[in-house]
Amino acid sequence: MPGKSLPDAEQLLQALTDKMRPEVGPETGLIGIHTGGVWIAERLHRDLKLKVPLGTLDVSFYRDDYEKIGLHRDVKTSSVPFEVEGRHLILVDDVLYTGRTIRAAMNELFDYGRAASIRLAALVDRGGRELPVAAQFAGATIAAAPNQTIELRRDSNGRLELVMREN
Amino acid sequence: MKIHIKNGRLIDPKNGIDAQQDVFIAAGKIVAVGSAPNGFSANRMIDASSMIVCPGLVDLSARLREPGFEYMATLESEMVAAIAGGVTSLACPPDTDPPLDEPGLVEMLKFRARNLHQAHVYPVGALTQALKGERLTEMAELVDAGCVAFSQADAPISDNNVLLCGLQYAATFGFTVWLRAQDATLARNGVAHDGQVATRLGLPAIPVCAETTALATFLLLARETGAKIHICRLSSAEGVDMVRQAKRLGIPVTCDIAVHHAHLSEMDIGYFDPNCHLTPPLRSGRDRDALRLALADGTVDAICSDHTPIDEDVKQLPFAEAESGATGLELLLPLTLKWAEESNIPLPAALAKITSDAARILNIDAGHLSAGSAADICVFDPERCWKVEPAALKSQGKNTPYLGLELKGKVKQTLVEGLIVYEAK
Amino acid sequence: MWLNPSNPQLNKNGELHHLLTLEGLPEAILWQILDTAKSFVGVTQREVKKVPLLRGKAVFNLFFEPSTRTRTTFEIAAKRLSADVINLAINQSSQSKGESVLDTVANLAAMQADMFIVRHAASGAPHLISRHVAPEIHIINAGDGRHAHPTQGLLDMFTIRHYKQDFSSLRVAIIGDILHSRVARSQIHALTTLGCPEIRVIGPKTLLPSHVEKLGVHVYHDMRNGLKDVDVVMMLRLQSERMQGALLPSAQEFYKYYGLTEDKLALARPDAIVLHPGPMNRGVEIDSSVADGGQSVILPQVTFGIGIRMAVMSILAGN
Repeated sequence: MPGKSLPDAEQLLQALTDKMRPEVGPETGLIGIHTGGVWIAERLHRDLKLKVPLGTLDVSFYRDDYEKIGLHRDVKTSSVPFEVEGRHLILVDDVLYTGRTIRAAMNELFDYGRAASIRLAALVDRGGRELPVAAQFAGATIAAAPNQTIELRRDSNGRLELVMREN
Repeated sequence: MKIHIKNGRLIDPKNGIDAQQDVFIAAGKIVAVGSAPNGFSANRMIDASSMIVCPGLVDLSARLREPGFEYMATLESEMVAAIAGGVTSLACPPDTDPPLDEPGLVEMLKFRARNLHQAHVYPVGALTQALKGERLTEMAELVDAGCVAFSQADAPISDNNVLLCGLQYAATFGFTVWLRAQDATLARNGVAHDGQVATRLGLPAIPVCAETTALATFLLLARETGAKIHICRLSSAEGVDMVRQAKRLGIPVTCDIAVHHAHLSEMDIGYFDPNCHLTPPLRSGRDRDALRLALADGTVDAICSDHTPIDEDVKQLPFAEAESGATGLELLLPLTLKWAEESNIPLPAALAKITSDAARILNIDAGHLSAGSAADICVFDPERCWKVEPAALKSQGKNTPYLGLELKGKVKQTLVEGLIVYEAK
Repeated sequence: MWLNPSNPQLNKNGELHHLLTLEGLPEAILWQILDTAKSFVGVTQREVKKVPLLRGKAVFNLFFEPSTRTRTTFEIAAKRLSADVINLAINQSSQSKGESVLDTVANLAAMQADMFIVRHAASGAPHLISRHVAPEIHIINAGDGRHAHPTQGLLDMFTIRHYKQDFSSLRVAIIGDILHSRVARSQIHALTTLGCPEIRVIGPKTLLPSHVEKLGVHVYHDMRNGLKDVDVVMMLRLQSERMQGALLPSAQEFYKYYGLTEDKLALARPDAIVLHPGPMNRGVEIDSSVADGGQSVILPQVTFGIGIRMAVMSILAGN
């Protein structure tokens, strides 16, 4: 692999879980963003032993690049199986980059109701923000160049791995 | 004006000539074929090397749109289209507005056409007044005014007694009645052949039995009355078979098809191309093939253009709402040549369908190049390809299924009564 | 056939540009629409049933033939995508003033339309319009003559998939006035493309188009034979003007032989579902006890219809 090697995703996830543990309560709602964010959120939800069922979002209908690239071919269904109104929420994504996905996710969330607060957890913060968005919880911060893509993968055993591609 | 057409391949189906021979013209007539008469000196020489020289085409159906539909086309525009297509004699159906049911209208049309000094126009008179299928027209008067036959164009006669009387009355004078075989009730609201394309596209359909039931009536009444009938625009294999049998039985019947029907089928409607909305409808490939065979074996006597110039405003509509018909005068020759090439028909036999055979049905002295006859001549380049596009068509109607396609065969000169009335640049 | 124009619904990348008919659409596109619709059905079950995808787009409902129901479902779908919706009922008077369909469309296109939803009484009208609009405008056929009603066909497929998961082992019967039905034609094309192995059409000979078997269906005239062991029963609406005359002697006789009653439905598989495109003629093509019964999925069809139309609009506008 060109460039520097990436940290182990499983270790980052462990670190993220530890950071979040003191900050979540029994009524905290966890919402993963498709696809990588949902993988992380599923593990966090299990390991943090949260009672409120896990929510998932596919932000395709809210993306600001629709005009340029059209509708994503493989749109998943969003599912928020709990009352959003007045709840403290944590959005979960795999890699935080421009912040546009998070903007789209927050827009969608507001269509479900007015949350008491929304915080953001990301496995990796790679910098390069184009919007005023920040992660309250991040597994690691990795500086990546604009031509690099950091991607989360999951193998058949459920093991997570970070890979970097150069465009 | 003396003209010498030299070096051309002369095809005169009626006289059985297909050879390189020169034609000599003087005072509007053909004075000699082959070698020049004594002392002939031409004012004009037409070099027809690698060209075909044939009788001017005779078209059994060309709508000139006058009177009544001048917004679609005028006599002027369509007569230019005729000569550009090599057509020197044409019959026009009576479905003008008002219909050609009075001698005055016919005389006016003849007069206007004659003054243009282009193709000869032979009006087909209305069989019934206003084409309503109720009262007969003054047929004998109409013939005196210039009509060559009688028809209802596409209008139906629902009363068989009127039809029977019309045939009897026409037979009295020896006039021919031209009939379109389509039962109006069976064809009601239909716009396409009752086949797989109409089923797929959800187009109201016209079954073959609309043609055959009407045809059966016509043939039986012709046998009953002894009237000469000419069936216009056959479209189906079954219809062709009936005419074949009727001819065998000695019933005095002739028939034609429109040139489009020798090539196209329901499949060509594609995605609702309104230019393929024709009357009768384009039928199945099997029907099309039967029409081609019937042309070859002589069951179908003639090919016509069924020229119908239509305005964009009433053509570029949803298929069923679009007016039916296609422009044809300038496509008659190339499409007939295309049929001949594809079906291995010798050129003289193919050209007979648009010259001498058509003239025989019209009962006029035209469609041949005998010495002493009027010099109505078409000189064309059989190899010249051209693209069918609005700018290439003289007709005011640009409505044709062939839009955008290449056809082979282009008229070089057209002569009417010894005058060069059309010459391609 | 010398004329073989390319599929006018697809752009040069093979993506859906107009939705005019389901005939000839690649299977992958049908699945894409059905999958996307599933997500939109999720949206329609939320508190806020709106997403911002088509914000700023102008969708014109162009109805040359009146239909409140279909127009409303398209309007709801467009609004839930945040589009601006303009409803135009083109009555016969403006048509009879001599303004052609194409003039009407040219005028509206000049108003910066992004999408036309077209309903017309003549088969092929949306095809005609699609040939004459600027390339960036999308056309959706909302029903043309007897030809096609693609979004209805798609919502029926969505409904079948919702209840039966998979098309590969289904027996489907379409019953009633096939001849005049754009819905039946769209259903048949979609079922064939999605791999349904057995499609039956049931009706009297006067209401079946000739050569219907060339569409890949089995023809039945006896409803009791035709319904045997089917998994899906798709009823069609019988237009009232066809209930008496040469096509059918009476609505009563039609009901007796081709109306869906409980005893006839019992011949189908016990888990068979019943669909109807609406509006229903109770007591003509369907009995009330069936329409409102446990096997009826007629109301869910309507809900799914919104999701399907949202999916089609958003896929088109994005291509």
